[in-house]
Amino acid sequence: MIAEYGLFALIMALITACGLTAIPMWASFAGNGAGMNAARPLAAANFTFVAISFALLTTAFLQDDFSLVVVANNSNSLLPAFYKFSAVWGNHEGSMLLWILVLCAWTFAVALFSADLPQIMYARVLSVMGAIGVGFIGFSLFTSNPFARNLPDVPLDGKDLNPLLQDPGLIIHPPVLYMGYVGFSVAFAFAIAALLGGRLDAAWARWSRPWTNAAWAFLTLGIMLGSWWAYYELGWGGWWFWDPVENASFMPWLAGTALVHSLAVTEKRGVFKSWTVLLAIASFSLSLLGTFLVRSGVLTSVHAFAADPERGMYILVFLLVVVGGSLVLYALRAPAVNSGIRNAWLSRETLLLFNNVVFLVATLTVLFGTLFPLLMDALGQGKYSVGPPYFNAVFVPLMALLVPVMGIGPFTRWREDRAKRWMHPAWVSAVSALIAGALLPFLGQGFNVWVALSVLLAVWIIAGLWTDLRLKKAGSHAWWPVLRRQSASYWGMMFAHLGFAMCIISVTVVTQWNVEKDLRMSPGQTADLAGYRFEFHGASAITGPNFRGDEGVVTVTVDGRRVAELRPQKRQYVASGQIMTEAAIDAGFTRDLYVAMGEALGQDGAWSVRLHYKPLVRWMWIGATLIGFGGFITLLDRRYRRVSVAARQSPEELAHA
Amino acid sequence: MRRLVLFIPVGIFLGLAVLLYRGLSLDPTELPSALIGRSVPEFRLRALGQDHYLTEQALSGRTSLLNVWGTWCPTCVAEHPYLMALAEQGVDIVGLNYKDTDAKALAWLERLGNPYREVISDPQGSFGLDLGVYGAPETYVIDARGIVRYRHVGEVNERTWAGELGAAYREALQ
Amino acid sequence: MRFCASLFLWWLTLPVGAVIETYEFSRPELEVRYHQLVEELRCPKCQNQTIADSNAPISEDLRRRLYEELEAGRSDDEIVQGMVKRYGEFVRYNPSTEGATRWLWLAPWLFLGLGTLAMIGVTVRRNRSVETPRDYASDIAELLEETKE
Repeated sequence: MIAEYGLFALIMALITACGLTAIPMWASFAGNGAGMNAARPLAAANFTFVAISFALLTTAFLQDDFSLVVVANNSNSLLPAFYKFSAVWGNHEGSMLLWILVLCAWTFAVALFSADLPQIMYARVLSVMGAIGVGFIGFSLFTSNPFARNLPDVPLDGKDLNPLLQDPGLIIHPPVLYMGYVGFSVAFAFAIAALLGGRLDAAWARWSRPWTNAAWAFLTLGIMLGSWWAYYELGWGGWWFWDPVENASFMPWLAGTALVHSLAVTEKRGVFKSWTVLLAIASFSLSLLGTFLVRSGVLTSVHAFAADPERGMYILVFLLVVVGGSLVLYALRAPAVNSGIRNAWLSRETLLLFNNVVFLVATLTVLFGTLFPLLMDALGQGKYSVGPPYFNAVFVPLMALLVPVMGIGPFTRWREDRAKRWMHPAWVSAVSALIAGALLPFLGQGFNVWVALSVLLAVWIIAGLWTDLRLKKAGSHAWWPVLRRQSASYWGMMFAHLGFAMCIISVTVVTQWNVEKDLRMSPGQTADLAGYRFEFHGASAITGPNFRGDEGVVTVTVDGRRVAELRPQKRQYVASGQIMTEAAIDAGFTRDLYVAMGEALGQDGAWSVRLHYKPLVRWMWIGATLIGFGGFITLLDRRYRRVSVAARQSPEELAHA
Repeated sequence: MRRLVLFIPVGIFLGLAVLLYRGLSLDPTELPSALIGRSVPEFRLRALGQDHYLTEQALSGRTSLLNVWGTWCPTCVAEHPYLMALAEQGVDIVGLNYKDTDAKALAWLERLGNPYREVISDPQGSFGLDLGVYGAPETYVIDARGIVRYRHVGEVNERTWAGELGAAYREALQ
Repeated sequence: MRFCASLFLWWLTLPVGAVIETYEFSRPELEVRYHQLVEELRCPKCQNQTIADSNAPISEDLRRRLYEELEAGRSDDEIVQGMVKRYGEFVRYNPSTEGATRWLWLAPWLFLGLGTLAMIGVTVRRNRSVETPRDYASDIAELLEETKE
């Protein structure tokens, strides 16, 4: 019966979502206060029903209810319990339900924390989010019902979860990623509500900014977790593959990064309003586009869900309604006139505008590259592939363009600045960046022009942040009061930019200095790699809960001193027969040592083994975590916790604008 | 006038939507042969179970089908009876025994019958690689001048023969 | 419409995980080029994988052919052209700078050019605006608020 209750809860969720869409929106135009007030309880009810539905699906997985198609296809009685839990979203139907759960959680969160918003604003915001909920709950019910039964032939056991997904990373990666992906719906809903009200102002920017920053921070962490997971789970040491599915989550991140910056301008200076609102629509639209690309099968990807044109058609129609509709609304209602607010060539506005241009170009480039094979195919021009060599070649220089501006952005003034004011410290930054670039590579494997360049860029960013603190301290004697005076938003920016600098160094160093060897190793044989001596001690059979396999033992020494013992595995899963490589990694702050096993060769116990030395690879995930952490810090800013003065004063004015 | 600029995003989106709609009816995994309209690549391989060698000459002079098969391929078993029927109707078929062992292949033909005028033995898959074969079965239509006219991936049966594959063969005959 | 994957025995047994082969190269620079090329060539039969990452038999064949051609002294360009002749432009993850794919290489810089022009246009206009109709009162209120904390 669990499945039927789950289905019933999902149907109730659809009904409440319909109510949430229709009633507050109607009331906001009719001026009906009770109708608008209904938005909060409806959002709460909607969330509750979805949560019940999700909990029941999870129960079905934990109880091995193989009468459910999704459970039978994606779980197995031998599967460890925590993987049964993550198996809920290791498939199309369940992950869609997770999508919906996250969406309704965001909706509910907006309902909870919207006490300071004018009634008409929160009514419309929640209504727009309800409409998105209708679309996706409908999608789940009509095309991908997670509660479909396998009747009357209930299988005795399930086909098992794809072994690639049997990993702790997969327990947290999808929920965090979806928190980000779906979180942009809040920024989107605020944008639509503001367009409907015809009032895009600093108050709107201030309301939507913490939500946008939170979603963006989640998305950053989600992408980071995905990359980390791919690195240790796929068994060949890569961390970013420019696969269409990765690009699908990366494009909203790029647009979202532009949005996070342009919201700052709109909030502080009341300019770039049309542009900011367009970015808010674009970020969420790209999330939806990503959902379409992942689930429709129009592109080939290693991670795509089973292709189904019917589902693709549903999402496409939904995209047309949501994205097409909002862009038409944008074209009709966004302010077309110049705000008349002045800013000079050298001003923080201009620098942030440049940031936006670069991120927009990067988004369009990734979009164009991802869809290019589809475009050529649609035009009958044949089959093409666009892969990492292309994306790296165009993306890296684009990101490098940001850096010169990042080094002066933090201390450039709004409205108008004169370079004379900071010319001296900027020269100091530039010289220290040059010196660091020339010298620091010698700490590694010697001078390398790309590593030198990356150090130069990273130090320029960090020196810029430092210069800013120095300028802020000018005139006062003690550091502490100066540091204390800075807002949470400011510290968020510091962390995020610092993280970006770390990523630049990491990506370059690991690309340039990565050492990789594929070897045949028999027991007792050693191999030297970047100063480390790897010794293979043979492999022995192992048995896991739902797999059998071999485990090799490799010890690593430096000058006879033992550094690590690594135990890579080669597994065969019982239910599916799939073979998996479990790499063994000795993680370190300055380097990772990575060992993966290929095949057993011959009779003497020899195996083909892949050894990797990956310098600074961890900095990438530390850097990305800092970026996401910076996003979360901004939420602590006192500005966002206070009632917006303008909003309190004139709800009526807002209503009739 | 300025307002018109604001319609650019919706214009771009509509273009994108048309592309995505088109994408739904395309198959991204279907890969046409790069050899269509070109000559069969040069090769020199032994005829299955015999001592003489075959070259690309064996595939010119008359319109024929080049069928890639192996005893390890279950679909090849499924399509075999239909190939026998085609051969009886007078369709000229050349086999390419792909990544297989001669002994197994000969036993297979013994058991199921031999629809092939010649069977090229390609145990290493080197000719297959030059042809751009990526699985089995695959069937190529090659005209009298030795030009590849069409490639069919998957089983040959009544339905596919009534479709593009058969049409390509009949067109190549003329 | 989509042909069934089970048509191919190979697909059913497609393993997931590292491909580790131990070719012995006569010169170390060949090994460097080998590792670069396997990352640039696409497995024609897979769901978006390089021949380096794919365990499909066809990728094995392609890697062996690549190894042989490198040892035979062919240049990178000749090898890639040879692969394109067999499988079409599809095998290149690194698209050609000629033909239709040249638009791929031009597009980012066209976008950047357009974006920069738009940015210049906006800034020229904003720089000319004489007025600053911003509500200074609220600016001041905000400043007061911030200093109070």
